Amino acid sequence: MSANIAELERRRAAARLGGGQARIDAQHAKGKLTARERIDVLLDDGSFEGYDMFVEHNCTDFGMAEKTIPGDGVVTGSGTINGRLVFVFSQDFTVFGGSLSERHAQKICKIMDMAMKVGAPVIGLNDSGGARIQEGVASLAGYAEVFQRNVLASGVVPQLSLIMGPCAGGAVYSPAMTDFIFMVKDSSYMFVTGPEVVRTVTNEIVTQEELGGAVTHTTRTGVADLALDNDVEALLAAREFISFLPASNRADAPELPCDDPWDRAEPSLDTLIPASANQPYDMHELVRKVLDEGDFFEIQPAHGGNILCGFGRVEGRTVGVVANQPMVLAGVLDINASRKAARFVRFCDAFGIPILTFVDVPGFLPGTAQEHGGIIKHGAKLLFAYAEATVPKITVITRKAYGGAYDVMASKHLRGDFNYAWPTAEIAVMGAKGAVEIIFRGLSPEAIAEKTREYEDRFANPFIAAQRGYIDEVIMPHATRRRIALGLRMLRGKALENPWKKHDNLPL
Amino acid sequence: MSQENTRMFGKILIANRGEIACRVIRTARRMGIATVAVYSDADTRSPHVALADDAVRIGPAPAAESYLLPERIIEACLATGAEAVHPGYGFLSERASFVEALEAQGLVFIGPPAGAIAAMGDKIASKRLAAQAGVNVVPGSPDAIADTDHALSEANRIGYPVMMKASAGGGGKGMRLAWNDRDVREGFEATQREGLNSFGDDRVFIEKFIESPRHIEIQLLGDKQGNIVYLNERECSIQRRHQKVVEEAPSPFVTPQMRRRMGEQAVALARAVGYHSAGTVELIVSGADPTGESFYFLEMNTRLQVEHPVTEMITGVDLVEQMIRVAAGQTLPFTQDQIGINGWAIENRVYAEDPYRGFLPSTGRLVRYRPPPATLHQAPFAQSEAGVPLNAAGVVRVDDGVAEGGEVSIFYDPMIAKLITHAPTREAAADLQIAALDRFVIEGPGHNVDFLSALMQHPRFRSGELTTGFIAEEYPEGFHGAPADAARQRVIAAIAAGIEHTHQARARRTSGGLNGPPPLSSHWVVRMNGQSLDVTLGDGHAMVDGVQVDGHCDWMPGQMLAQADGAVDGVKQSLSIIVRRQARGWRLTTQGASHDVLVLPAHVAPLMQHMIEKVPPDLSRFLICPMPGLLTRLHVAPGDAVEPGQPLATVEAMKMENILRAEKSGRVARIAVEQGASLATDAVILELE
Repeated sequence: MSANIAELERRRAAARLGGGQARIDAQHAKGKLTARERIDVLLDDGSFEGYDMFVEHNCTDFGMAEKTIPGDGVVTGSGTINGRLVFVFSQDFTVFGGSLSERHAQKICKIMDMAMKVGAPVIGLNDSGGARIQEGVASLAGYAEVFQRNVLASGVVPQLSLIMGPCAGGAVYSPAMTDFIFMVKDSSYMFVTGPEVVRTVTNEIVTQEELGGAVTHTTRTGVADLALDNDVEALLAAREFISFLPASNRADAPELPCDDPWDRAEPSLDTLIPASANQPYDMHELVRKVLDEGDFFEIQPAHGGNILCGFGRVEGRTVGVVANQPMVLAGVLDINASRKAARFVRFCDAFGIPILTFVDVPGFLPGTAQEHGGIIKHGAKLLFAYAEATVPKITVITRKAYGGAYDVMASKHLRGDFNYAWPTAEIAVMGAKGAVEIIFRGLSPEAIAEKTREYEDRFANPFIAAQRGYIDEVIMPHATRRRIALGLRMLRGKALENPWKKHDNLPL
Repeated sequence: MSQENTRMFGKILIANRGEIACRVIRTARRMGIATVAVYSDADTRSPHVALADDAVRIGPAPAAESYLLPERIIEACLATGAEAVHPGYGFLSERASFVEALEAQGLVFIGPPAGAIAAMGDKIASKRLAAQAGVNVVPGSPDAIADTDHALSEANRIGYPVMMKASAGGGGKGMRLAWNDRDVREGFEATQREGLNSFGDDRVFIEKFIESPRHIEIQLLGDKQGNIVYLNERECSIQRRHQKVVEEAPSPFVTPQMRRRMGEQAVALARAVGYHSAGTVELIVSGADPTGESFYFLEMNTRLQVEHPVTEMITGVDLVEQMIRVAAGQTLPFTQDQIGINGWAIENRVYAEDPYRGFLPSTGRLVRYRPPPATLHQAPFAQSEAGVPLNAAGVVRVDDGVAEGGEVSIFYDPMIAKLITHAPTREAAADLQIAALDRFVIEGPGHNVDFLSALMQHPRFRSGELTTGFIAEEYPEGFHGAPADAARQRVIAAIAAGIEHTHQARARRTSGGLNGPPPLSSHWVVRMNGQSLDVTLGDGHAMVDGVQVDGHCDWMPGQMLAQADGAVDGVKQSLSIIVRRQARGWRLTTQGASHDVLVLPAHVAPLMQHMIEKVPPDLSRFLICPMPGLLTRLHVAPGDAVEPGQPLATVEAMKMENILRAEKSGRVARIAVEQGASLATDAVILELE
């Protein structure tokens, strides 16, 4: 008996060493942690339960039969984050460069299946050179098995990807289909084809970092949601992030004990809107002053900055926040902002997270770049997302709500549950001057100015909309948190279903 | 007391804004007098407007179009029935013509007579008047010096050291210090040449050079019956670029005998110009002369000073009340021998300027504004002529004119508040400042709270060895936070670990747990100021790198301000800490320094050794357009030196003006685009050297 135990311990020790000390040292020298170290940082101390530690590949070609390492390049299992169950796979770059074999893929699929069955998030720590080339099509099949599960799990359990090393070629599509992607600066990159191929095909010379580094994907492309300085920070950020998310689409959003008074008044919000209509203000201030303890976990802060998306809590319960940001491009809706917010709204809706929308939007961004970039379809995504969402929706218009953008931003007409406006709200088809120039074409400048004043008096306020019931109430800014908290309490029992369909046809 | 011999005003107007307007309104209200505020468009939502009984708009934001227009003030008086005007300080407070204009309308100016304002308004004339009244003036040559020989004889008559000054000189240019005859021989003609070359004027004067100069001033109060008293001195030597930062009363340098001599000379000057109301005689004092004889007239300010509260605290006299009474014709209720000194008072001026970024002025919205709890909200003096009863705990007074959600406007003075403490001793008053500054929460504009705390802790400030060069001498490389010794760092590390522990313990109580809240280790590693401290939390104590820190911190999640009480090495410490959560870790501000701390679980911390420190790419050399827009204004030209935070360009996008600022100091190497150009995102606007 003791010999058997000794054998187990010996095998475990060997498996834990992955590709060996030399490769571990090389991994550390690159500023990267090993697969198991990462899990230790991510999960509650000592909570990890590993599976398939002794799985080995089944490849016999190219002399691979002699080269086996227990675990086969990925550590999988479950554990807890702040006591809540999650499933994890962590690719081990020290073992065959973290490359994906058939068995490696099977391990990932096993925990994904388990996660879907029990209803718990899947967190992937990606650090892989790509397909296990020696295995050929078996490796590709492995990828596809993972992709299929990513798709089936989408909307069932939250999926979070941390890109902590290379992620190229077909491998990118698994994280791409997960809900959120965090990347580590300088040590991770994602692209479909690397700089070498790019140079051969298009003669462009580009570095890995420029082509698909963390900065590129969190500023320019919006592929990733957050860029973190190093492995430790990325993993700690993931812990914090997961704590906002429900375990599955069958579970309630988590609740955190909170002492922040639900009816906390913020008199300073009464002066948030500047006296001059053309002066910007920072929408973060409103978001922070409404949420519990000012805690706002913003995603994609550096991409599509004209709209803010992120998670917070009200009375300890998770809410998703979408807010136009007057500080950036006056808070206008453009392609990036529409896509960013649409995907966020759909995530919230899929997982039963109430959506708070703060509106100060002058309209859609004009220009050939936008029109030819397909703003029509992209803007429609946000409209579609809001319109189909059945979770509690509370909207507060702080200042401008102009034109079609008014409709889009969780308006009453898109089944907003509570639509509030501050006294500074202006709900109109467009700015007064533009409107008057169309209605009274050809008038003298003096007459235009006169009519503009008239138009402003009539429409530059929330009352026309309030008279029609499009606004449920005009509220004092300082009472915004109280109104929202009360609204969310009332909406806890909200039951609303869309008509049965196989699935909708989102304007992709 | 004969103060009831005259009818009091029913309503007065305060021709000012900000803290001083609020200050005057509070005293008037206590006296039962109705108040009228005036405001510009920038001040529509300012506290002084809400505080007054009545408010009148007087014009657009720029002071020249509002607060500086006498006719607007007079119109406002007539419209509201105000009988008298308190001018505060600045704006119209020292304009003789304004006084005359008021009087022509039968309105009363709550301040000195026009004649006195005019007499003291002219620097040269006032100096002559002072000399005639028997006030010490800085010895100097009355006329321009002809040649080197003349310079030598004048220098010897005045006594070394002397300053040779080009008549138009200033800011170090056209000025030369001479310690002896040789310096005069070598430097006189050069000074003349510098004057000619730099200012086109080769006239040179010689003046006594004041060594270790201190700025000390005498507060005066007079009535219309000819009674004039001095209310001791204030020392305002801590200045930055001639702007006072710290004021105190009394002065650590002044002896009772010196006080009497300075006071009597100041009264003589006031008497000579027929002065009444409050006024201040500013003196320059040589700290190098221990006899205290070397004090010289600088100028007389014919108004209430910003720093008047420190005098109020130690004398128990409400200066604003007395100004109002005097203006109404009442006699002073006390005589010189009734004016005493009760304890010590210190005032710190909280400015919207960022000491961490070269003291660059800062403006903007006060996202958070929570001044320390004041134990004295207004001046409740007058009841007690002997001064405010003072217990050992002291008194904290906050004079401010802003509120959370208000704006530090580009149009006016960047002072946010005055923090005044009053205690039995100078040490205690300074300690009270440090404690109160630790509880001063300001978010939004940059501010100098950390710097003020550092000043209050500075050993040289503590010793009382002040000069007007204090800040320049002690902070030649700028300000980087007050030094925190090893013991304080251990305390901060223990607090940081405690905060993180509380935060994580709460996170573990999130609903939906698998097995209930998982265990949480009390072993943490705190990374701050480039070092790692090992912290194990216990009950009522913590071990920090093997040293026991006793104490308790009351922080709960979401709390902005925490209180920690404890002891290190047996020395009791009580700290208030401003706690801000950051994207990663915490920012703890206490005792004049802000510490960015990262608290890691002990099992995670060792892994940090593998993390590679990020060197941020140096994009700060370029000013990049952050959004597509129109370049409406360039604030700088090639060759200009810029400081961090300085506006470089304004880009208009979607009809919104966005001011782009320098991230670091440097010189403008080139401007890449023209004003009026349409810019795309990431377009380079200019490049720094």
